[in-house]
Parts: sequence; C-alpha cells; structure tokens
Amino acid sequence: MADSDGRQVDSINHSTGKICKELTKEEKQRLRKEKKQHKKNKKDDRGPPEKEKEKEKASVLAPSKPATQSPAHKAAPVPVNASASESPVAAEKPAKSKAEQRAERRARQDTERASKQGKKEGGQQSASSKPKATPNELQPVVKRLPEHIQVDDPAALKKLAKKLERQQVRQINIVPLRSDYGYKVSLFSHLHQYSRKNPPTQQISIPATVIHPSIVRLGLQYSQGIIAGSNARSVALLHAFKQVIQDYSTPPNEELSRDLVNKLSPYISFLSQCRPLSASMGNAIKHIKKEISNIPSQCKEEEAKRRLQECIDSYINEKIILASEAISKYAIEKISDGDVILVYGCSSLVNHILCEAFEKQRKFRVIVVDSRPRLEGREALRRLVKKGIRCTYVLISALSYILPEVSKVFLGAHALLANGYVMSRVGTSQIALVAKAYNVPVLVCCETYKFCERVQTDSFVSNELDDPDDLIVTRNGKTHLENWQTVKSLGLLNLVYDVTPPDFVDLVITDLGMIPCTSVPVVLRVKNVDQ
Amino acid sequence: MELQAVLMAAGGGSRMMDLTYNTPKPLLPVGNRPLIWYPPNLLERVGFEEVIVITTKEVQKTLSTDQRLKTDVKMRLDVVCIQEEADMGTADALRHIQQKIKTDILVVSCDLITDVALHEVVDLFRAHSATLSMLMSKVHEFTETVPGQKGKKKAGEQRDFVGVDITGKRLLFMANEADLDEGLVLRKSIMRKHPRMLIKTGLLDAHLYCLKRSVVDFLVHNKSVTSIRGELVPYLVRKQFSKSLNSQNATEDSEKNHKQQDTHHNLELLSTSKDEALLQLARERSCWNDHRGDMSEAYHGGKLRCYVHIMEEGMCYRVNTLAAYIEANRVVPKLFEDPPIHPAAVVSERSLVGSDSIIGPLCQISDRTSIKRSNVGTSTTIKEKVKITNSIIMNGVTIEEGCNIQGSVICNNAVIGRGADIKYCLVGSGQRVEPEAERTNEVIVGSDQLMEI
Repeated sequence: MADSDGRQVDSINHSTGKICKELTKEEKQRLRKEKKQHKKNKKDDRGPPEKEKEKEKASVLAPSKPATQSPAHKAAPVPVNASASESPVAAEKPAKSKAEQRAERRARQDTERASKQGKKEGGQQSASSKPKATPNELQPVVKRLPEHIQVDDPAALKKLAKKLERQQVRQINIVPLRSDYGYKVSLFSHLHQYSRKNPPTQQISIPATVIHPSIVRLGLQYSQGIIAGSNARSVALLHAFKQVIQDYSTPPNEELSRDLVNKLSPYISFLSQCRPLSASMGNAIKHIKKEISNIPSQCKEEEAKRRLQECIDSYINEKIILASEAISKYAIEKISDGDVILVYGCSSLVNHILCEAFEKQRKFRVIVVDSRPRLEGREALRRLVKKGIRCTYVLISALSYILPEVSKVFLGAHALLANGYVMSRVGTSQIALVAKAYNVPVLVCCETYKFCERVQTDSFVSNELDDPDDLIVTRNGKTHLENWQTVKSLGLLNLVYDVTPPDFVDLVITDLGMIPCTSVPVVLRVKNVDQ
Repeated sequence: MELQAVLMAAGGGSRMMDLTYNTPKPLLPVGNRPLIWYPPNLLERVGFEEVIVITTKEVQKTLSTDQRLKTDVKMRLDVVCIQEEADMGTADALRHIQQKIKTDILVVSCDLITDVALHEVVDLFRAHSATLSMLMSKVHEFTETVPGQKGKKKAGEQRDFVGVDITGKRLLFMANEADLDEGLVLRKSIMRKHPRMLIKTGLLDAHLYCLKRSVVDFLVHNKSVTSIRGELVPYLVRKQFSKSLNSQNATEDSEKNHKQQDTHHNLELLSTSKDEALLQLARERSCWNDHRGDMSEAYHGGKLRCYVHIMEEGMCYRVNTLAAYIEANRVVPKLFEDPPIHPAAVVSERSLVGSDSIIGPLCQISDRTSIKRSNVGTSTTIKEKVKITNSIIMNGVTIEEGCNIQGSVICNNAVIGRGADIKYCLVGSGQRVEPEAERTNEVIVGSDQLMEI
C-alpha cells in the first residue's frame, strides 16, 4: 500500500514534471499497441480508426485509474488529479490528434494500396511490392531501386510517365513511352521488353523537331541493332551530341551551361527508351554534362561550342582510340607464337588486338565461339579472316569439346563492375567457367571508361531484354514458334548480358596496364581523385 | 530541320482527259474534297508544319479562295507557280525550287491517297542514311465498272519490275517493261553482292520519295533529267552498284580526267570532315552487317543506298486513271469521320439517302429521291423522283425529275434533263443531257473537247 502509495505519491509529487514522463511512457505503450494493431490491420484491411478509438478510450481510462486510486491524498491529489486528468487529456488530445493523423494517413495509404492491388494482375508482384513499399515508409533511408528495373510496379511506372511528362515543352510530350511487348518471364518481369516491330519513332513527328533529328536517327539505329557494341554506341552517341551542340543556340536569358544540360535530358530519355543505355554511354554522358556545366558563364556561345566539340573529340581520342592502342600493346605481349586463342562474339577491342598481333607477325590461330540469336561471331569471323588469320568457328554448345585445344581466352567486356565482376554478352560467364575448369587463362580486355560504380553479383537484377521474336527461326518453311503468344505457359527470353565473377578471370588488360579483377575499385577511386 | 515536304500538283492528268479537260487534276473532288487536300492532310497528321506546293496558276487561285481547304488544312502552304505550257517534269520542278530547299526532301504527288504510317518510309531513310527511300503498295484490282470502257483493256498496262533483297527493304533493281527491249538484264555486280533477289511485278509506285539534299544538287548540275519517277529513280537504283562509286581512288582519278563525270560524283560528295570520320569509326566498331556470306563490310562499302517500303495492307491509291478515281471515291469516305450528310445540305425528309453515300454542303435533295452508294458534291440540285446508284456527282450539277443514274460519273456543272436514264456513262463538265435520253456506257463530252488528243 505504502509502496503503491509511495509510487503513486511519487508519481503525483513529481506531478507536473513527472506526469509528463508517465504520460509519455503511457503514450509510448499506446503507440506500440497501435503499431501492432496497424500491422494487423494491413493484413486484415480493417479501419484502424475504430481500433484507435477503442484504445483511446482504454488509454483514457488508464491514467484516470491510477489517479482515482489515490485515496490518501484527496485534497492534494484532487487538484492534482484534476490537473492530472486534465493534462493527460490535454496531452492526449494533441497525442490523439497526432496519432489519429498518422492513423488516418496509414488508412489512406492502405486503401490506395488496396485499390492498386485490385488493378494489378500478378498477385506475387503485389506481395513483392508490399514489403518494398512498407520498408520505404518506415525507413526513408532505404535506397530506391532505379526506375528502369521496376517495370512491374505501377507506382514506378507512373513516376516514369510523370517524369517524361515533366520533360515536355508546350504541351507536347517529347519522349513517348514505348510499350512493352509480349509475355515476360517472371524472373525478369521488372525489365522492359520491346519489339522491333514497334519502333520508338511511331509517335515522333516527321520531321523531328522536338527531338534533334540526329538523336532520332541514333535511337533508330540503336533499336534496330545497326549500331551495336559498347564502343560503337558511345562513339555514335558522342557524334550525335556534337551535332546537337552544333545546332544549339542559347535562348535569351539562359545560360548555356545550364540550358544545354536541360536540353540533353529528354534526348537521353528518348535514347534509353530505344535501347537501355550502356555503362560506357552513361560514363560518357556524365563526362559531357560535367564539361558543359564547367563552362564559365562569361564564355561566348561560339567559343563554348568549340570548346565542347574539342572536349568530345579528345574524350573519344583518349578513351577509345588511344586506349585501344595501349591495350593492344599490352595484350600482344601476352600472345606468343603457336597460341590458340579463343574469342567469343564480336568485341571490337579483341578484334583490334588480334589484327594488330597478326600485323606484328605473331603466329597464332583463333577459335571464334558464337551463340544464337545474335550470331555476332560471324562478323568477328569475317573481319579476322579478311585480315588473313586462321580461324575456326564453333557454336557455344561445342565449347567443352574445343577447349582442350585452346591456350588462352580473350574476352571483351561491356562494363567492369565495382566488385570485380565482368558484365558482358550473355554466354561469357559460361566461357569463363568452362575455361577455368580446363585451366585455360582468361584475359578480359576493357577500356577504363567502361568501369562502372555499380555492384552486381547476379544477372537478374539489372539486365536487358531483347526482342523475343529474334528467337523464332524458320526451317524448311515451318515456323513452329510463330504463335508463341497464344500459348499461355510459354515465354521467350532473350537476354543480352550476364556477369562473370572475378574468380574466373585471370587478368584484366586496361589502358592503365594489366590488373587483376579485384583492382577495379582502386582504378575507380584513382579516377575520381583525378577528376 | 530534318525534312522539307514538296507537293507536286502541276500534273495534267493525261490518263483521264475526260475528267480533267475542264478541271485541273488537283481540284477533282474525291469524297467531296479536292484531290489536292489529301497529301497535306497526311503530312499534317504526321507532324509537318509546312509544304512547298508546286502547281499551276489556276490551282493556286482556287487554293487561296476555297474556304473548306483553308479551315481544314492548318499547315502553311508555300505555293510556287509554274507555267502550264512549260511542260515541266517533276525533276525540272525540283530544279526550279532549288533555292528553297535547305534539307532533305519528301516529294509527294498530289494524286496520292493513302493511310500509310509515314514513319516506316522515313525510318528507312533515317536509319540507313539512304539516298532514296520510297513507298510502294500492292496493286488492288479495280472491281467497279468504268464508264465508257469498251472491253477489257489489259494490253496497255506496262508492268514495273522491282527487285528487292531478301529483307524486302533494299531496292536493287527497277525497270519498266517499256524500257526493256527483249528481256530483263541484271548486272553481275548486283548478283555478286546480293545473290538472293526477289523480283516483284504487282506493285504500285506511290510516288512518295525521300531524297537526300545532294540529289537536288545533282539535279541542278544534270539538266537532262526531267522526271523523278521516269529517270531519276532508276538512275539512282542503278548507281548503287556502279563500279566507280565503290573505290575512292577511282572517283578521284575520274574527277581529274572527265569534267562530265564530275557531275555524277556530286552524289557521293560527302563532306569529309571530322564528323564523317567519327561516323566511320562508329560503323567500324559496330558488329552489324546488312548481309552475310561474303567478305565485305556493311552495305558493301557503298555510299549510295536506295530503300523501299512495300505496303502489304492499308489503303494506297494513285488517282491517275478513271478506274482509280472511281475506286478512290468509293473507299475514301470510310476514312474520315465526317458526317455523311453535310449539315449545310438541304435534304428533304421523304428522300432516301443510303448510309454509304455522302452529300456535300449546299445541296438540295428533293422528295422521293433515292441515293445509294454515291457521292454528291457541293451545290448540286437534285429534283424529285430521282434514283442515283453507284455514281459520282461532282459540284454544281443539276439533275431534273425522274432521272435514273447508275454507275456513272457526272462532272462539274452538268445538267441532266428530266427522265434521262444514264447507265455507266461519263458526262463531261458543263454538258447537257437532253430529257428522256437513254445512254449506256458512253462518254459524253463536248464536241470541242473531242478535238484534243
């Protein structure tokens, strides 16, 4: 009794001061209860305000109970009680309103989410988006996934559509949204899958005025595969940017350094709608944007344009042309007479190295490994044979049969990731894996401008889906997969890239030298320090 | 700017003189709109903002006064007049407006009615940096009976032989039957580069061409080329495989030696600036080739490329013969969502206007008339008890009571007397058909027109 009294005396004596503490403790308990209730409600979809009100009533009763349980000090506690009853009520009111607000907000979000779920088709995907959404809600520190790999989340799609709308001028939508085609295999449903039959230019006006014509041409060439290959795409992109800068004129009251970057953004969105940007293109764009924003404001337009054109030329010269010269110099040291070199697909850099080595009178022969549906190896084969190099051509299914003959494997790369993984054409990781099994050294040739700060350990999270109709083949006049879309359980998957772990790569030959795969983050750090 | 549109509207309509001796071809009504309205409509829908129209003075006058044209067509029409008597070919006309042309051009003929997705043609032009990109369509057989036609007239048709590669996009060969003496001659250079070629004959050339700027410069230097379709296009298609084109050294030598050949090489006069070097680098590094099986690079290293888009489905008509004119009139009203009966027309309640007929503004249709599957133009007066089926009535026509008109074409300002019975006839402009006349399968034109040949 005394204890309880004492405690209560304590609670009452430290009334004005401590009552707040008590209340906050109770508040905290209440809030904890509420949170639990809300989590339950999300699954049940019941109105939390009801629960809230119930708990409010219960919580109102709670402080009044200890207040009334003090029979000893009637006089003192009465006013205190009064004040106690008032202040908890008063403190409750703002607390109630805050909690009520929070509850209302949560209720609103729940109903919105429920309606979205109703619209969505896949139940699995909604379940996956739920946990994605709730952690975002409770911990705003969580990093958001980039929009281009959230194709199955309608909220992200809406955001992308809004972003494209915001980039509009005079009520004309500059960058039309390209619609996905065909059934996507569920593991890759977060990626875009476009068809070559629906070109991105369907909604672009002829003549292209809002998007610069050379960018439209470039986008078309990307989507039709006329310009393919990391280096080629970057060079073509920079060429198109040169023409854009040439035709650009600063509007009045605007600064070139800021306006030109804004002008380039919708072009880049358009290009990524045609075909997702490669890592090398991303780095090139970053570099250009930095150069543009570094143009001093007092610089005249002509001078600024000239400077930018020079900068683009020097970027191409340094990072692509001279880099390939340096890489071939290092690589030729690794090619000895009598070598049997295996290459995969058509990498412009590897072809260049082999042609240079042949010119330097090295005696070697090449085995070109190819894979469907792109069959890029044929082009590599043509170039090597035209040079005079002895070549053998196999499909990737014959890899293990031919590896015993091979002394070295040269692979090209689309990008080198920060954790040492090599992102390259799909099939490269298989080559590296089998080569490792046969103890054949694997050398990856990659320029430093393709080094990327991304980290990836699997080929699922970030990849590219090509046109599924490319997999359809007609033999003897029969096309069995002609109506693949009508078969509900059939999906055609045409992946473009895959990642190779650094354990399978023995050496990376870059323009900075020959480095192990794990030194990529060092190179990135050094590059950043330089800039 | 990427493309400039040029509309060729100075043609005479030489294959349907009965219709065009009084009305210039661009002003012939099709679906109650002048023929010249259709190409700008197509261009406008795609996004063009202005068009250079090459036409005669008469047409220009009508263009500026026609109210309906002014309201319907929102783009800017830059009209260039040429003398009718000068008898200019289409290439001559391009040479005439050479000053206005600053970019690549899209040439379209005024008699083209189509609903093609223009981006298909222009995409070929853009993606492959083609010199020429054109549109062709499968020929439709005309099913309607043509008035004034006596017997089948298949003999006069000259076939076009069009050779395309296996993708169906690259144009390898084009010749008209009239130009071939004994047989089709294919150069070995074509066969070596494209061993698989599809030769098609049932194609209609839509006369829609995307041409590079350098072609216009070439025309300026070569004054002998008069017609785009007749001379320029076959020349460009042939030049793709010309020996002198593919080797740089050869061009340099011949430029020094022959002044004449200078003009031919204007075609490949690409500015060898740094930008071209960049494009070349991109192409070298790209692992794409347009053909496979031989050792040459993409496009066989050729700089001149011609592409064609062949329409499989969809509507594409060239209104240059009477049969095409009738067919177009039949099909075109379905394209547009205009109300079949213009609000300004006065149609009596006791008349029967079929759902597939269209009535133009300011018409007066009296009681007990029946109009089925017909087009009636503006300001036409149709009196009582008239039966019109399957016919085309142009503007300002007066049809008296009790007439029966079937499968006919009645031109502007004609008058059909009462009780006339007209079957499968063509009544020329301003003609009078006497009352109680019975005409079948005749062409009624004025006697003064009979003198023109």
